[in-house]
Amino acid sequence: MAAVKKNQPAMIELPVLTFAGDTSIDLKAQFINTLTGIGGLVIEVNEIKEVGDYIKSTFPEPARIVNTITNLDFGLEILNFKSNPHDFSNVTVAIMHGEFGVAENGAIWLTDANMGDQALPYICEHLVLIINKNSIVPTLHEAYDKIGSSTYNLGTFLAGPSKTADIEQSLVLGAHGSKSLIVFLRS
Amino acid sequence: MTPQNKTHSELAEKFNRDVERVNWHDKTLWFVREKRDKAAHQIAEWEQLREAASQIKNNVLSNLHEYLIEFEKNALNHGIYVHWASTDQEHNEIVHSIIKKHGVKHMVKSKSMLTEECGLNEYLHKQGIEVVDTDLGERIVQLANEPPSHIVLPCIHWKKEEIGELFHQHLGTPKGNADPQFLTAAARVHLRQHFLTSRVALTGVNFALAETGEIIVCTNEGNADLGVQLADVHIASMGIEKIIPKRKHLSVFLRLLARSATGQPITTYSSHFQKPREGQEMHIVLVDNGRSERLASDNFRNALKCIRCGACFNTCPVYRRSGGHSYHTAVAGPIGSILAPGFDMAKNADLPFASTLCGSCTNVCPVKIDIHDQLYKWRQVLVKNGHTTASKKTGMNVMSQVLSHPMVYRFSGAIGRWVLRMMPFMVNNKFNPWYKQREMPKASSQSFRSWYLNQRKHEQ
Repeated sequence: MAAVKKNQPAMIELPVLTFAGDTSIDLKAQFINTLTGIGGLVIEVNEIKEVGDYIKSTFPEPARIVNTITNLDFGLEILNFKSNPHDFSNVTVAIMHGEFGVAENGAIWLTDANMGDQALPYICEHLVLIINKNSIVPTLHEAYDKIGSSTYNLGTFLAGPSKTADIEQSLVLGAHGSKSLIVFLRS
Repeated sequence: MTPQNKTHSELAEKFNRDVERVNWHDKTLWFVREKRDKAAHQIAEWEQLREAASQIKNNVLSNLHEYLIEFEKNALNHGIYVHWASTDQEHNEIVHSIIKKHGVKHMVKSKSMLTEECGLNEYLHKQGIEVVDTDLGERIVQLANEPPSHIVLPCIHWKKEEIGELFHQHLGTPKGNADPQFLTAAARVHLRQHFLTSRVALTGVNFALAETGEIIVCTNEGNADLGVQLADVHIASMGIEKIIPKRKHLSVFLRLLARSATGQPITTYSSHFQKPREGQEMHIVLVDNGRSERLASDNFRNALKCIRCGACFNTCPVYRRSGGHSYHTAVAGPIGSILAPGFDMAKNADLPFASTLCGSCTNVCPVKIDIHDQLYKWRQVLVKNGHTTASKKTGMNVMSQVLSHPMVYRFSGAIGRWVLRMMPFMVNNKFNPWYKQREMPKASSQSFRSWYLNQRKHEQ
């Protein structure tokens, strides 16, 4: 540390960031387009109940579905928040809220407060996120303005299903995290 | 770990024996470079972002001491254990002591070039601890007992058929199956078992925020997150230069990183770890290992701005046609060639010469490191310190004599042209490295000077 202090050059000032995304474009359309392009599935709904109907018809039992949202109106497993993360190793579908979306890169910001258990969005086979369609911001600059100085254990930008192209640059969805990502945009 | 005592050109020669593979390697990396261009061109303010990133990093290096103190204070406040390592050996010992304290023999690790730099896997192996690399590409090269050949695409030099055979031997997949989808699924099942049984997970760090004491880890596979969330202990290893002043500055770097690396708008997971999960123990190991020394150098300090996107690898004509292992160092490519001599000048004296100085690396660098200028400056430092081969020295001396005496220059030019036309075997032989994997152009019968004088005569 003494060496760092001795060797660092004369102070160079930080730049003032003046970046701002274009809010005149259709943010929802750009978000859907970008997220679809990186392997996500986006579905617009008017009522939260439609999410439950979709899940029920897409993932018939005996799939294990873990839900962190209480008003989805279907009788599936509600999370025990004090569980051991290993207990979720057989989860097929996990459902949680995201805080907001970012149009330029299709990412959704969520924190441990949304996750129920921090392992859940990574360990499940299929991840379902619900965000408000009015919450979409143009770029990461607005995103960090929104995050501000909030505190969390874990906060993440999540953009699409987990993926790899390590074998000859062939894109494969479903590396170690979820194999698919379904995002519901509610009005 | 690396083939000792072989130079970049010797190793590249070996790589170049398989022409078809070299062409394929070249093309695959150029494809990634093109994806980067496409992504960059979609952002109107791309150049301003690069400039801002460069300026933020300049500020970081000029105020690193204060930022490190601020970072440590905030991380400690969040219940994170902070360790300082001045050398690679110290880093390895710290990591080992944490693992030992928890009495385990097995650890999962996501991608960390720093642990490659420190030789952590080898060190822990000697202590009887098994490290499982969980990034798919890193797992592939680990099973093959090789180091990664690229910082973002660790097994870019492997063909799928070879990976199929490797998995057949190690994971028991059917012989002859080389389908990437199938092989990835097999690796998922194989590594999931390791995630579920490892009590310690080590990750690298992409960015660390002085303002909040949090660290940011970016992956596409989700391997860092899965490892951390299922472990009792999270160890994060980072070089001291990874500090960023404020959270809002991340917007600049996260917009640049994945676009520069692979052409994606952002990595799938950009995880911000501010506090350990309930019941978990979190350690951050900050490593100097020569960085503070480099900070003093006006010529070479800028290399510390690197965010490890790999864009300079993908664009480099020498990297693409010589392969990552030719660089015999943890970080290959143009950036590796300016970092490595700082660690060991004698051992890496060949690397700054593994470049055409075309400057493409500098042009794509998202934080505007003057890579090709530094390559040139390293050559001067190396020559001054006597780290050049005898043949290069003799050649340069002859060249300087010839170029400073016009009569000698004209005479030797005439002889050279005559030899090239009449007795090509005199130069096109195994003693002349310029003819390796190269054809020479046909020599003209007259020099430019005589042609020019002739033209002038006709004009008058």
